[in-house]
Amino acid sequence: MSVDPNRWVAGHVASLPKSGIRDFFELVAKMKGQDVISLGVGEPDFVTPWHIREAAIYALEKGKTYYTSNLGMIELRRAISTYVTEHFGVNYRPEDQVIVTVGVSEALDLAIRAFVSPGDKVMYHQPCYVSYSPSITLAHGVAVEVPTYAKDNFALTAEALRAAWSPGCKVLMLNLPCNPTGGTCSLEQLTKIAEFCREKDLLVLSDEIYSELTFDGVHTSIASLPGMAERTIFLHGFSKAFAMTGWRIGYACGPAVLIDAMMKVHQYAMLCASIIAQEAALEALLRGWDAVVKMRDQYHRRRDLVVRRFNEAGLKCHSPRGSFYTFPDVTPTGLTEKEFAVGLLEKEKVAVVPGTAFGANGKGHVRGCFATSYEQLIVACDRVERFIQNVKK
Amino acid sequence: MNPVLKLLLEGGSLTTAQMAQVVNLSVAEVEQHLEQLKKDKIFLGWRPVLDLSREAAAAAAVRAVIEVKVTPERGGGFSRLAERLARFDEVESCYLMSGAYDLLVFVNGSSLQKVAAFVSEKLSTLEGVLSTSTHFMLRSYKEGGFLIEQTETQVTRLNVAP
Repeated sequence: MSVDPNRWVAGHVASLPKSGIRDFFELVAKMKGQDVISLGVGEPDFVTPWHIREAAIYALEKGKTYYTSNLGMIELRRAISTYVTEHFGVNYRPEDQVIVTVGVSEALDLAIRAFVSPGDKVMYHQPCYVSYSPSITLAHGVAVEVPTYAKDNFALTAEALRAAWSPGCKVLMLNLPCNPTGGTCSLEQLTKIAEFCREKDLLVLSDEIYSELTFDGVHTSIASLPGMAERTIFLHGFSKAFAMTGWRIGYACGPAVLIDAMMKVHQYAMLCASIIAQEAALEALLRGWDAVVKMRDQYHRRRDLVVRRFNEAGLKCHSPRGSFYTFPDVTPTGLTEKEFAVGLLEKEKVAVVPGTAFGANGKGHVRGCFATSYEQLIVACDRVERFIQNVKK
Repeated sequence: MNPVLKLLLEGGSLTTAQMAQVVNLSVAEVEQHLEQLKKDKIFLGWRPVLDLSREAAAAAAVRAVIEVKVTPERGGGFSRLAERLARFDEVESCYLMSGAYDLLVFVNGSSLQKVAAFVSEKLSTLEGVLSTSTHFMLRSYKEGGFLIEQTETQVTRLNVAP
C-alpha cells in the first residue's frame, strides 16, 4: 500500500512557487569545475573582519554557549540603539524597542506574522528580494505588488503606490537600497511615500540591509521622517555591511507594542538568536566601522567599473545608488533575460541571475553582483562584451 | 586624492592595465600618476613580499631588529646619524622611536655571522651610538600584510544566491 506524502503538505505551501533563483542555481551547479565567474552571488566576497571573528572565538572560549534574553543581549541592544541613532537619526529604547533576530530575514518574517491577519493586504515593490511575496502568503496575507520601472532607475514612486493601493491594504514593505535593482528613493520621493503611508494608515516594514552601501549622497531611513517612527518597523542586520552573511544576525526596531508582538512570535519560533553571533555583532558595532567604510569604498569603485563596462558592451545599465547589484537591461542584445543569462553562462561561463526571478518587472533585465574582486570583474566584463559581440554577429 | 594612490592603498596587486580599468583611465595615464607619485616621493617603489624562511628566498633569511641608543647632536638631533645608518645595504628599515631607545633598525643578512659582524663592526662603531640591543627574528607569521602558511579556507560562497 503506497501513501502519497503530498497530501500532508499544507495547501498554501504546496502552491508556493519555487524560487526562480533555484533553477538557475541548479544550472550553475552543473558547471562545477569549469572556470565560472559568478556575478550571481548575493553576499560580500570579503570574509568577516578578523577582529569580529576573534571576538566570537573569545566568547566561545569564555563558555558563552547559553540562551540569551528573547530580545537579545542587552549590551547588543544598547549598541544597536546607539548605532541606529548615529547612522539613521532615529531613537529606540534598547529595553523594549529593539529585538535581535536570526538575520534580517527572520525579522521580516516575524513582522509579517505578527502584523498580518488572514486576508490583510501587504504592499511591496517589485522586482524585489525573493522572500517577500512568499512570506506574505505563508502568513495568509494577500500580496499586493507595486511595480517599479527601469525609467525611474527602479525607484518606488508614491504614484505607483497610489495606483496599486486598494481598501484593506495594511502594510507596506520597503527595501531601499533594493536587491536586485539597486533602486533607492530621493528624499523627495521618500517624503511623498511617507505622506501616502500616513494618509492610508499603513504600517511600514523598512528593510534597510544595504543602507551602509550607499555610494552617492546619504541614505535616509523612512523611519526618520516626521510622524513615521510610530508606524515603521526598522529592519536591519550585519550581513552586508559587516560581511557577516553566514552568522545570520539581524534586528528590528520599532514601537514597543509592535516589538513585543514580534517578540511573541520569536520566542516561540526561535527563542533567541545564537549567542556567538550576538557577541560577534556587538564587536562589529563597537569597532567595525572602519572596515565597513573600506569595503564600501571598494564596492563603489567596482560599481563604477562594472556599470561603465556593461554600458560600453551594449547593455543599458543604470548606476545603482546603493547595494552591490547592477540590474542592466539586456534587451538591446535582442535576447530575453533568460536567453541572455543561460547563453552567457554556457558560452562565456559568467553567471548572472535573470531579472524575472525577482518579479515580473525584472523582465528584460539581469542581476549582476559586483561583490567580487577587480581582477575577476574585469575578466567577467571582457567575457560579457565578447558574448554580446558574438550575439550581434 | 590621486585615484591611483587610493587603489595602491587598498593593498591589492593589480597590474597597471587592471588599475586603468578600475579607475577608468588609460594605461598611460595610470603610469603618469605613478610617475607623479614617485616624483612627489610618496610612492617609493614596488617590492615583492617573500616568505624568507623558504629556501629559494633564503639569501636574506637572517633578520634582526636592533634597538639603538644614540647621543642626539646639537643642530642635527637624531637625523644625521639615522640617515647615515639607513644608507647601509643591510638596513631594511630604520625608525626614530619614543621610549627606552632611540632608533629601531631592521637588518637583513645571509647568515648570522654577517648580521652580527654588521652590528659589531659597522653599527656600534658609528660615532654617537651609545649602545645596541640585537634581537634575531625566529619565525615570521605575517609579512607585509600577508599571512604565512596560514591561509583562509577557500571561499565557498554559493555561486547563485538570492
